[in-house]
Amino acid sequence: MALGNLDEIYRDDVILDHRRNPRNPDRPDHVDFTADGVNPFCGDEIHLQFKLNEERRIAEVGFQGEGCSINQATGSMLSEAVKGLTLPEVKDLSSRFHEMMQGPDPTDDQLSNLGELSVLVKVREFPVRIKCALLAWSALDDGIDAAER
Amino acid sequence: MRVNPLMYDVNRIRADFPILSRKVYGKPLVYLDNAATTQKPRQVIQALVDYYEGYNSNVHRGVHALSQEATDQYEAARTKVARFIGAEHPEEVVWTRNASESLNLVAYSWAQDNVREGDEIVVTPYEHHSNLVPWQKVARDKGAKLRVMPMSDDDQTLDMSRVDEFITPRTRLLAVVHMSNGIGIINPVKELAAKARKVGATVLIDATQSAPHLPVDVKDLDCDFLTLSGHKMLGPTGIGALYGRREVLERMEPFMRGGEMVLEVWYDRATWNDLPMKFEAGTPNIADAIGFGAAIDYLNEIGMENVRAHEVELSAYALEAFKELEEDIDIFGPRDPQQRGGIISFHSEIAHPHDLGTFLDRDGIAVRTGHHCTMPLMRQLGVVATARASCYIYNTREEIDKLVDSVKRALRYFSDGAR
Repeated sequence: MALGNLDEIYRDDVILDHRRNPRNPDRPDHVDFTADGVNPFCGDEIHLQFKLNEERRIAEVGFQGEGCSINQATGSMLSEAVKGLTLPEVKDLSSRFHEMMQGPDPTDDQLSNLGELSVLVKVREFPVRIKCALLAWSALDDGIDAAER
Repeated sequence: MRVNPLMYDVNRIRADFPILSRKVYGKPLVYLDNAATTQKPRQVIQALVDYYEGYNSNVHRGVHALSQEATDQYEAARTKVARFIGAEHPEEVVWTRNASESLNLVAYSWAQDNVREGDEIVVTPYEHHSNLVPWQKVARDKGAKLRVMPMSDDDQTLDMSRVDEFITPRTRLLAVVHMSNGIGIINPVKELAAKARKVGATVLIDATQSAPHLPVDVKDLDCDFLTLSGHKMLGPTGIGALYGRREVLERMEPFMRGGEMVLEVWYDRATWNDLPMKFEAGTPNIADAIGFGAAIDYLNEIGMENVRAHEVELSAYALEAFKELEEDIDIFGPRDPQQRGGIISFHSEIAHPHDLGTFLDRDGIAVRTGHHCTMPLMRQLGVVATARASCYIYNTREEIDKLVDSVKRALRYFSDGAR
């Protein structure tokens, strides 16, 4: 039984914690831009709202959604990871996250630079589920592009 | 392979399907994703090889031997499909790529000329996106109204007590799915078709999910159109069919224009070929049509009554086996196996369908998780997605036992900590 493999994503303390206690469930009082993603193949949804401060850094985030463990845990982790970042910094983070999930096997440096998000590298062992971890980040990229237009 | 109807020998059937002997993650494959696509018996695979190795050639216009053989086999396959669904004339069967194309053919060719402002198109709540989205466009383009019949709250079947509010003299088209691919419900299509006939409406039955699993007869159902998909009934992908009543097809404009579908062409105009070629522009999918014919042969050998009986038996067994989990999972649709196909679509608050699906996959069990191309139905059921196990001729009670056991362990696994 490959239960050991399943444990890597379903018994990871960080993923479990975000799944059980999603961060930032409330919409900010003021919203500068939003990011919404739907996976058309499975129907999973991610909704994110962002409030910027005077320095154009992300001050507050709201996260709501419906979906599997990986998808929802990723959305919650994203909502924490982007706080305090400028939009170019968020985009850089997103591209490094995408690289970790879809690029060549990531190095230790790559992983440590991603902090808590690096636990999601284990989802690579479940190729069909990688899209679950990318939904929130792809939605964020689209949301920033739309906001900058 | 010959099957004695009294002795349904599932092991002999399984022996015809090479893929069923493979392993997934070291476990024997338990293939329960038949509503998405079915596996192929050796006989179908061999029919493709025979064509490509023995008489590969273009059909209809050739004078050489290969072309004649290819044409004969290709047209024989059409006749097989026609007989399989009880159509009187082979030319009432039009080859398409799949059921979606069959439905779009009707939406573009028939509906464009026959649906007018104020007309109503009536569908059920269970329609696959393919039998819904084309009608949304027709309704928008024509100023017609798309109406969805209601479902009953208790067992999610069609609420027949209110059908007469929906099928009325304003109904121009009744477009209904025979068996729901999402949750397995069988609609009373014959009764619905009779009501539609009375008010003068045209009747389309989406038999994509039903024809592979139970006897379907276009004369008995009294429909104008009926759709089929080869790969959902042991055949190759890329080949489907549209049945259309001859008088209806004859009055329709072509769908696609080009080679093969014309009779005579001038620089400024053209006339149309006879049925069914009028609807078959371009070189057709010869190999897969022949493969589809081989699949029909295979099903006929077993007998569709026997196919249905096997699946009713398996559904009853599965519904009974799932009872011990009824506190933790909801199964959609009626409990009577006669009212449903061999599809068990379920949802649990304990684990999201994808997480369940990943767990089952690691046990070698292939099920589908998601909305099954029935998003509005999922919304009405109050879920985003379900996990769906769907059976076919080669599935066994032992496989149902494995499924239930794996679901049971998955629920324990996810309730222990994933939430």
